[in-house]
Amino acid sequence: MWNWKYAFSILPKILSALKITIGATFVAFLLALVLGLILSVLVRSKVKIVSLVVRGFSQFIKTTPLLVQLYFIFYVFPKIGISLKPFTAGVLGLGVHYSTYLSEVFRSGIESVPAGQWEVAKALNFSRSQTWMKIILPQVIPPIIPVIGNYLITMFKETPQLSAITLVEILQTAKILGASSFRYLEGFTIVGIIFLLLSYPSSQLIKKLESRLRTEN
Amino acid sequence: MSTFKIFVSLIKVGLKVTLEVTFFAVILALLLGFVFGLARMSKFKVIRFIAGVYIEVFRGTSLLVQLFWIYFALPILGIRLSALTTGILAIGLNYGAYCSEIVRTAIQNVPTGQTEAGIALNMTKTQRMTKIIIPQAFVMMLPNLGNQLIELLKSTSLVSMITLTDLTYQANILNSATFETTKVYTMLLVIYFIIALPLSKGMKLLEAKVSEGRA
Repeated sequence: MWNWKYAFSILPKILSALKITIGATFVAFLLALVLGLILSVLVRSKVKIVSLVVRGFSQFIKTTPLLVQLYFIFYVFPKIGISLKPFTAGVLGLGVHYSTYLSEVFRSGIESVPAGQWEVAKALNFSRSQTWMKIILPQVIPPIIPVIGNYLITMFKETPQLSAITLVEILQTAKILGASSFRYLEGFTIVGIIFLLLSYPSSQLIKKLESRLRTEN
Repeated sequence: MSTFKIFVSLIKVGLKVTLEVTFFAVILALLLGFVFGLARMSKFKVIRFIAGVYIEVFRGTSLLVQLFWIYFALPILGIRLSALTTGILAIGLNYGAYCSEIVRTAIQNVPTGQTEAGIALNMTKTQRMTKIIIPQAFVMMLPNLGNQLIELLKSTSLVSMITLTDLTYQANILNSATFETTKVYTMLLVIYFIIALPLSKGMKLLEAKVSEGRA
């Protein structure tokens, strides 16, 4: 049954692994944002082959499991000379996987900008980068912030999968502690509570932001 | 080992469990989705609260954590489930929580005029729900449920971590037995893609079919 003394004795160890979990979440999230933006621009490329390849790549990444992609990066990449540490491989896998989701978000955001906005930019003789930076992106970003925020939370909850490629984040820490004491109840419960305590308030915050954005418009 | 042999070996040993877990977890998730999605809108506060706790707990903690909790921690409380049951239960409960939200949102998005029309036609509450509200809500749910179906299929790869012999587990076995790492994991990705593709195309067809003649 539940043992409070044991629970408190392992709590500091699990909490100290939380930096790995949160670190991996944010680095992967940044990667997903940048890569997602690049993908969403490339998909609109006038060169047909580029848009086709990007579409196919996104589709493939989206319909295959993150866990298998992590194995692929961690075990297959070294065969072609790219050996990555568990953290790097995990962040790369998680980041690339979610970049395909975020690129969809960006794409629909970009498509919702009225065509007139592009025409105005042309009429004002804006360069391509000026058009993106000064006209298109400022209109695309604010409405998609809640959606992107939800993906951040989703990615946070996906990080336990990184334990499969030997990254010692909070779930793996709890598993190691459990294996040495044969007590899994406390460790896994603590990990579950940590996830709930961090993700529930964040998702409520995003809901509030969402309704505020809706009333503003 | 040839690439083709690896492909065959993965399918032969692992496909059954992957499809089994997917199938039963989908049924469980849909069932829970409808029950708790409706319960979330109940006029009784207690029922709404229970549904809310279920939804937030299973959405708020990670699926892999839930899987490990049921498999490793639950036996300590005296409940021992097989790996297969654990896989189906954890994935079903987790996706059930997401489906509940999809069901609830869709039902709430049916215009209130529809309910009022039902009342004006002297329909009972059950009649209004089954004949007017749910058929319309269902059409709205389909795209989201289709996405969840693909996500659920992908998530079944996690059951390999509780020693269930699905496609991913078999790939790990083959990898350590043959060292054909590149072929094994490439074929594994290809197989998941082959399973998911008709599913996503099928959902799109179904979506087009049920929304026929509707704006």
